[in-house]
Amino acid sequence: MGLQNAVLNGFKKSLVFGLVGVTVTDRYAGVCSIRGSSMSPTFNPSPGSFADDYVFLEKFCLDKYKFSHGDVVVFSNPINYKERCVKRIVAMEGDYISDTKGAMKVPEGHCWVEGDNSAFSSDSRIYGPVPLGLIRGRVTHVIWPLERIKKVDRRIPQDRLAF
Amino acid sequence: MKLLFTKWTTIAKQSIDRAAIVAKFLCLLHVTNTYIFSPTLVYGPSMLPTLNLTGDVVLSEYISHRLGKVVPGDVVLIQSPENPRKMITKRVLAMEGEVVSFLVDPSRSDRSRTVVVPKGHVWIQGDNIYASNDSRNFGPIPYGLIQGKVWCRVWPLDGFGSL
Repeated sequence: MGLQNAVLNGFKKSLVFGLVGVTVTDRYAGVCSIRGSSMSPTFNPSPGSFADDYVFLEKFCLDKYKFSHGDVVVFSNPINYKERCVKRIVAMEGDYISDTKGAMKVPEGHCWVEGDNSAFSSDSRIYGPVPLGLIRGRVTHVIWPLERIKKVDRRIPQDRLAF
Repeated sequence: MKLLFTKWTTIAKQSIDRAAIVAKFLCLLHVTNTYIFSPTLVYGPSMLPTLNLTGDVVLSEYISHRLGKVVPGDVVLIQSPENPRKMITKRVLAMEGEVVSFLVDPSRSDRSRTVVVPKGHVWIQGDNIYASNDSRNFGPIPYGLIQGKVWCRVWPLDGFGSL
């Protein structure tokens, strides 16, 4: 009898914990791991290391979708919705981005993302501007490994905008 | 004096308990409305005659699109690629890799175009092709923008049932 009650209690408590955890992760903040070196040296600066960086995401930006140049964002990959990508916003809607074919205007409701490590990054130069609706959060801090805990800066690359 | 203090602490404790119950209920509401199903008010002329102009309440479910089970013919809720804060309702006509033939502007001309839907994208169109801003205007959209699938209509009562 006591064991059954304890198991039921434990089950209820973990259900409540799960619901609260999912709500907080969806609406306020979350943590995720970064794989790959497309954002070196900001994340995963040493390509041979075994441990991935963990970053802190905030989701308050998803309320009004107000992003600025230089924000590092996590978004669903437009080519494969099951994957998530993390890149930096280089241009917002209405900006002109210099492309191989000249200048291209970023359409309304979209943004142009690029990885900090241009040579190894598959980003908007390959799949085009990304709709803002695919963005799942904005990276604010690196939280693992402990020796590299710091705020992620909004570094604005000056040479990508055409005008 | 001490009696007053204990009275305030009991009131504080009771109010914290009640606030915790409300918070847990709100988390349950969030999880149900985001991951299971919820009622949605849809309005506008782009899905006539399937959905009314002045507004229908439909039940939409959020499980199929996460499992990748959206097929052509489904009416889905999507985040608009032109404005991420707006949700639109359209029908999926083609999945990635399929070929779509459509009338570009049926009220003005008979011109039609044929397009192949790229990887990871879907082609959406409103049932009322004369008054619908859809993939014919903004192109195929990434699957990740799909938020849910419309399941059945619950209001007005004479249209009750699956669409």
